[in-house]
Amino acid sequence: MNPSAEALRATFGSAIGRAVESCGDTIVHVDRTALLEVMAWLRDTPGQQYDYLVDVTAVEYRDRERPLELVYNLRSLERRADLRVKVELDPRGDLTVDSIVPLWRGADWLEREVYDMFGVAFRGHPDLRRILMWETYAEGHPLRKDFPLRGRFSRAEQVRQALAANPEAHYSLEELSIAAAYDELPPDMRERLRRGERGRIPHSE
Amino acid sequence: MSKRTVALELATPGLDAQGRPARLPLVAAAHEPERLGEPEASGEHMLINLGPQHPATHGVLRLVVELDGETVVRVIPHVGYLHSGFEKLGEYRHYNQIIPLTDRTDYLSPMANNVGFALAAERLMGIELTPRCTVLRVIACEMSRIISHMVWLGTTSIDLGAFTPFLWAFQERERIYNLQEMWTGARLTTSVTRVGGMMADVTDDFVAGLRQFVDTYPKTLHEIDRVLTRNAVWVGRTQGVGTMTAQEAINYSLSGPMLRASGVPYDLRKDRPYLEYDSYEFDVPVGEHGDVYDRYLVRLEECHQSNRILRQALERLPDGPLNVADPRLILPPKSRAMSDMEAMIYHFKQVMEGVKAPVGEAYVGIENPKGELGTYLVSDGTAKPVRWRIRPPSFINLAALPKMAEGHLLSDLIAINASVDIVMGEVDR
Repeated sequence: MNPSAEALRATFGSAIGRAVESCGDTIVHVDRTALLEVMAWLRDTPGQQYDYLVDVTAVEYRDRERPLELVYNLRSLERRADLRVKVELDPRGDLTVDSIVPLWRGADWLEREVYDMFGVAFRGHPDLRRILMWETYAEGHPLRKDFPLRGRFSRAEQVRQALAANPEAHYSLEELSIAAAYDELPPDMRERLRRGERGRIPHSE
Repeated sequence: MSKRTVALELATPGLDAQGRPARLPLVAAAHEPERLGEPEASGEHMLINLGPQHPATHGVLRLVVELDGETVVRVIPHVGYLHSGFEKLGEYRHYNQIIPLTDRTDYLSPMANNVGFALAAERLMGIELTPRCTVLRVIACEMSRIISHMVWLGTTSIDLGAFTPFLWAFQERERIYNLQEMWTGARLTTSVTRVGGMMADVTDDFVAGLRQFVDTYPKTLHEIDRVLTRNAVWVGRTQGVGTMTAQEAINYSLSGPMLRASGVPYDLRKDRPYLEYDSYEFDVPVGEHGDVYDRYLVRLEECHQSNRILRQALERLPDGPLNVADPRLILPPKSRAMSDMEAMIYHFKQVMEGVKAPVGEAYVGIENPKGELGTYLVSDGTAKPVRWRIRPPSFINLAALPKMAEGHLLSDLIAINASVDIVMGEVDR
């Protein structure tokens, strides 16, 4: 068992759940309200120095009673040690957790992927939007266990939506707000930008 | 038949009164020049779309770039055009059935992906490999590193205007592909590993062929080195471009040559040895400046080191069994399955039910050519994983592209993007 688990419990007390070992890796469960604090402590405390974020992902079990787990793989390059931190969420409840992008920039796309695939919302993420699926994807979050392998919509509906999609809509509103393109926008898009639907309006404020 | 003459009407609308072609003045008149139809663009930012079909984006990557003149202000990458849902598919497959999917993630180094997945599944099940299998997997990994770096070198040199190294690099890659074909029957979709062993053993011809490759390959590397390393164009286009400091590289979770070029001496083969890599003699090249040039140097030297490892692996390749001796894991030979009742039952159970893994989870990171390829497997005790997660090195390295490219020229963006060494099959999975 990695000694960091004990050190965490001594520092954070009841915010640290059970610590288990699996295939040589130590897994520490952390309460979701304490996540950001725990991660900052693990990164910055001498003797811990988990300075490298290996991966952020999530697991949902086939057993519907088990919680959805967020999995953070940490590594200390200095000490050559690994630690896995898990946060449990109710898959049918509030799927919100603090973003760790303020600590590791590398979490940016990883959290976006977890949001895309599992629907977990990361509070404080600078740019939380889908990454692998397209922005208007309406079938849900593919890696959830209640998501069927072939998608939620029928093949006919998928084809209908693909054909109905506007092939001219290449850019997001945010991208269209880049100066020169803004003046060429159709009036309704300009109106949406003005209402503050994503993106900055050039020359405003 | 008489000759027919065709009267040609010359389409010269600009004839003067005498019927001679009107002359157009070659220099602009001294008075007010005619205003062209272009808007005044000073101070305005421009929106440029690069990809998803663009040769310099190395696949179906799409970059939306905000430009101020020729300077990149902002890069917004769009990925997902090649998303195939491998991780979802894996939840519906037996462990051995997932191996063909790993070929198709990072399709420039399929054998190393096979090894990465098999190692994770074996850690989950607590399997010890045979000595021969361990050495063969090292050979598979290092062959993959060479072909992946050769593709990187070839395509990057083309992006920066050097065509010759591309041909040399792809020729070497072709030789490895021939060897892979000799070993597995496939050039690209190798699926060479199985949980607990390998799909096939190598032949003597393969060993001789690889030995010949190992002896002749450094010559090509020296040639590439002579053409590029001190080439003024190459140096000018790559030095000081796309710099990442060591701190930034760690903060952005970069791995592989990207991390090492920034001066972080971290290589999983040395720091978390798997497949007995700690018993091989090789050096880990580390850069200093973290720019595109250092990434090139690191990858070039890694090719030399891989060759060194291959040579040692060939020398030590032990005889003996290839697969673990567990009939519940490894399919019996077809002839036995057809004649021996017990073997037939094992065959049936493996094909129909798959190999069951105990409840638990395992993460194995291996040093792939692109960086740390992590395989995270969660099992609930059945023959299919609850979750198969690939930690995709090029996805995570690509996330740092905006940070590296902003403030550089648009042409540098191409160099920086090339230096990340992405493969979209893995980015999008």
